[in-house]
Amino acid sequence: MSTFWSIWVSVIVLGTVFGCWWLLHATRKSQTTDVETERTVGHSFDGIEEYDNPLPKWWFYLYVSTCVFALGYLALYPGLGNFNGLLNWTSANQWEAEVAAADEKYGEIYAQYGQTPVVELAQDEDALKIGQRLFANNCAVCHGSAARGQVGFPNLTDDDWLWGGTPEAILQTLHNGRMGNMPAKGVMPNMTNEQVDQVVNYVLSFSGREKDAAAAEAGKAVFAQGCVACHGPEGKGIEAMGAPNLTDNVWLYGSNYEWIKETVLHGRQNEMPAQSGRLSSDQIQILAAYVYSLSN
Amino acid sequence: MSTQNPNLTYNYKVVRQFAIMTVVWGIVGMALGVLIAAQLVWPSLNLDLPFTHFGRLRPLHTNAVIFGFGGSALFATSYYVVQRTCQARLISDKLAAFTFWGWTAIIVAAAITLPLGLTSTKEYAELEWPIDIAIAVVWVTYALVFFGTIMKRSTPHIYVANWFYGAFIITIAVLHIGNNLALPVSAFKSYSAYAGVTDAMMQWWYGHNAVGFFLTAGFLGMMYYFVPKQAGRPVYSYRLSIVHFWALIATYVWAGGHHLHYSALPDWAQTASMIMSLILLAPSWGGMINGMMTLSGAWHKLRTDPILRFLVVSLSFYGMSTFEGPMMSIKTVNALSHNTDWTVGHVHSGALGWVAMISIGAIYHLIPKLWGLKEMYSTSMINVHFWLATVGTVLYIVAMWVNGIMQGLMWRAVNDDGTLTYSFVESLEASYPGYFVRFLGGVIFLSGMLFMAYNVYMTVRQKEAAAQDNAAIQAA
Repeated sequence: MSTFWSIWVSVIVLGTVFGCWWLLHATRKSQTTDVETERTVGHSFDGIEEYDNPLPKWWFYLYVSTCVFALGYLALYPGLGNFNGLLNWTSANQWEAEVAAADEKYGEIYAQYGQTPVVELAQDEDALKIGQRLFANNCAVCHGSAARGQVGFPNLTDDDWLWGGTPEAILQTLHNGRMGNMPAKGVMPNMTNEQVDQVVNYVLSFSGREKDAAAAEAGKAVFAQGCVACHGPEGKGIEAMGAPNLTDNVWLYGSNYEWIKETVLHGRQNEMPAQSGRLSSDQIQILAAYVYSLSN
Repeated sequence: MSTQNPNLTYNYKVVRQFAIMTVVWGIVGMALGVLIAAQLVWPSLNLDLPFTHFGRLRPLHTNAVIFGFGGSALFATSYYVVQRTCQARLISDKLAAFTFWGWTAIIVAAAITLPLGLTSTKEYAELEWPIDIAIAVVWVTYALVFFGTIMKRSTPHIYVANWFYGAFIITIAVLHIGNNLALPVSAFKSYSAYAGVTDAMMQWWYGHNAVGFFLTAGFLGMMYYFVPKQAGRPVYSYRLSIVHFWALIATYVWAGGHHLHYSALPDWAQTASMIMSLILLAPSWGGMINGMMTLSGAWHKLRTDPILRFLVVSLSFYGMSTFEGPMMSIKTVNALSHNTDWTVGHVHSGALGWVAMISIGAIYHLIPKLWGLKEMYSTSMINVHFWLATVGTVLYIVAMWVNGIMQGLMWRAVNDDGTLTYSFVESLEASYPGYFVRFLGGVIFLSGMLFMAYNVYMTVRQKEAAAQDNAAIQAA
């Protein structure tokens, strides 16, 4: 902050503390007695009078001691504008120190696993135990504590993978995250409502569940125009684009006619957040092994 | 000592209206609180409807109890106290009536818009911009009536209760307008004028002072009239009033930043808010001491007067929560307590123990006087209410303390390999017993309010009960 604001902050912080302190002392100084009396200050409001009693001593010292503490704290910690405090403490360097301490304490435990290949690590009971705990606190909020996912968040225990289930693909997903984007009406923005109905029936027919066989037949042409670019000519999806296989009856956003229609009409956007920076690369290695172990 | 005008009458109509609405909104707001507490124990009570979902009913609960119940109690008592201690009738009956109908309409609007999901998303300031403007208009009118009445007082000085009411009225106007500045994009949607951490700081500057001025300074005003009046004793120390008044209002406005410890808020602002919160301990306790010590020489009255019991116990809870607050503002303690149920318990030891209990005591004092009666229909029913309120509050607070500290400890527990011992869901599962006890405490507190409603109803429908403006010199 600029010098002006730094001075301004210091003046109002200290002004408030000392202002109240001055009032406290001035009021105490004007006391004519140290003990409680029955003397009132002479007003009466609707019959209510007020005693002219002194400030209770213990209360006075309580007040003074909080002010002394406050001034001491302001000397040690940042509070007066740009003054850093004698300890040079900041919340950021406290955080860094805690992270460094944790790395030093636990780093070795992870380092022994960091260089082990994922497939090998997935056989290591101890590593998997750590992986399970990491999963519970970093992944379970979306994928569930049993990793079975929920609407919009993939099940990690089956054989179906949006972005690939090889160790390399899982590591890539964990490190850098993934952005899923199904555009509304695919690449056919002028798709009519009738065509939407047709293409939904066609997609349902991959798993033998079409509502209307004629519409499904007609939907084939719509699919060829609006959907093949990502989902492929047979609807089996393209892993490199995260485009799901539509023929395996595994559904991320619900499997019935209404849900699929919703997906076609409005598209779907989703994100798996990148874990690099949140977790160390050794931790990600263990987590990848844990996720790999769920279906292998 | 002052010249009393025997022809002077007070406007009690608006006081009566607000007093009744205090009971009504109290029951509505607390019933909503019990419902959302039950939803946390039995989630199926959300009924799978957007209108009855916890996320929409929780702000309705807070708005109904703070602004409906607490607000009506403050309007009722401030209008009563300012007239009696200034020996002056409210400057305008029409403006006073406008504040009543305006304020009531605002709470009704909250009860309609919040379940519909219309919200500005700022805690305790969820109401959308058209309602915010209505609040500002009613509030400025309130200030006109209150300060206008003080201006034409026939007493030489301004009584301490009115300092607190006055500070509360002025500061709430500034806070409300400051925090709710927003750009409307449609009739029911607006976006805050502030961005990022500035928005967060504005919100908690407002949020903590909703506690500091609405729920503290205003109710201290109430305390300074009803405690000495009910005890029949002079206020303990005029000097203490002066110091704790100025210190309280000077330091409270700083405290909001302690809601944002270890956040993007600059370190200096976090430090300043923490030290001011600590300094706030003594000024807060000044009010408690002044109330408690006023009873010296009148302690025996506690045996027979349940109204006085309400007032005294409210001061004990006030002292307790204003000790707890500064402790929780210390960064190290806050690192444990933040985001846990401890915060919820702290708020309710203030809200149920202090705000609700002192309001209930004040309303029991007021009702007979407003209807020209000697006492409430049933004193033993007040006593029953007192015990229900006390037991309910204690159950609530203890449940949340246990839950909060347990959650804080579970969240930071670490295994030998540095991973967290418990997942979030495990801490939630462990919280269920506490949630049930909290629900129970809420039910007990609410049942006390039902006794109150019955007692008030039976009082005002007594044959000799007559609502009328009272003459100033009539003994209160």
